[in-house]
Amino acid sequence: MKWLLVGVIVAATTVGEVLQAVGMKRHGEIEDFRPGALGKVLGLLARNKLIIASVALMAVSFFAFMKLLTVAELSFAVPATAATYVFETVLAKYLLKEQIGWVRWTGAWLVACGVALLFL
Amino acid sequence: MAETARLRLKTRAFTALVVLSNVLGNFSLTWGLRRVGGLLGFSPIAYVEAMFNPWVALGVSLLILWLLSHMALLSWADLSYVLPVTSMGYALAAVVGRVFLHEQISWTRWAGILFIMLGVWLVARTAPRSTPQLRPESAQS
Repeated sequence: MKWLLVGVIVAATTVGEVLQAVGMKRHGEIEDFRPGALGKVLGLLARNKLIIASVALMAVSFFAFMKLLTVAELSFAVPATAATYVFETVLAKYLLKEQIGWVRWTGAWLVACGVALLFL
Repeated sequence: MAETARLRLKTRAFTALVVLSNVLGNFSLTWGLRRVGGLLGFSPIAYVEAMFNPWVALGVSLLILWLLSHMALLSWADLSYVLPVTSMGYALAAVVGRVFLHEQISWTRWAGILFIMLGVWLVARTAPRSTPQLRPESAQS
């Protein structure tokens, strides 16, 4: 049960966050943080299909995570779902065409190793 | 130059908001779910009932704040930047679990926390945005 929930969380979060990144980039940088402007942004995002799909997948991930917290410790649940991080970085490079230099790659690998160590 | 400094400052402020809302939200949710007694089945009613616990409600509110601040951050910063820098939350979650929930942390987990902090420090030194800024949808007619 524990690992099935981890699988659901990893798949839903990976696809959900990549869709969210694409949707937010297409929306453009949020620069005005006044309540009225934020309300307008939320209205636009509520009609953005990529964001809708991403929020639906994040909701699946969230409820699976809530269930996981009832059968596992927080210090297992949080790092266990970090496998998403590896898949998303690869998708960011090849799908989103982000430029990832050696400093960012080194940092990314250190974080991946750190997350793996948290499992041991 | 001023534009780069502005983007860096804005990115750091939102990174802090994303990390703190996630860690405190997860902690509050765990604390509340332990008081509710756990969700035994997949019934939606059990989830709705759990929401009436103040800790669960606070946790859910903080996780909504996390989702919105994460979305805002992704509107200008790379996914490959946001992922590592916000993963600092994993290290903080382990510390919160140890301090407040009395969970055990082995030396390998402490080593993991150190690796994550080092990785976050490195990634935070890179430019948050590597892709060209797209024309906002709101500006398109």
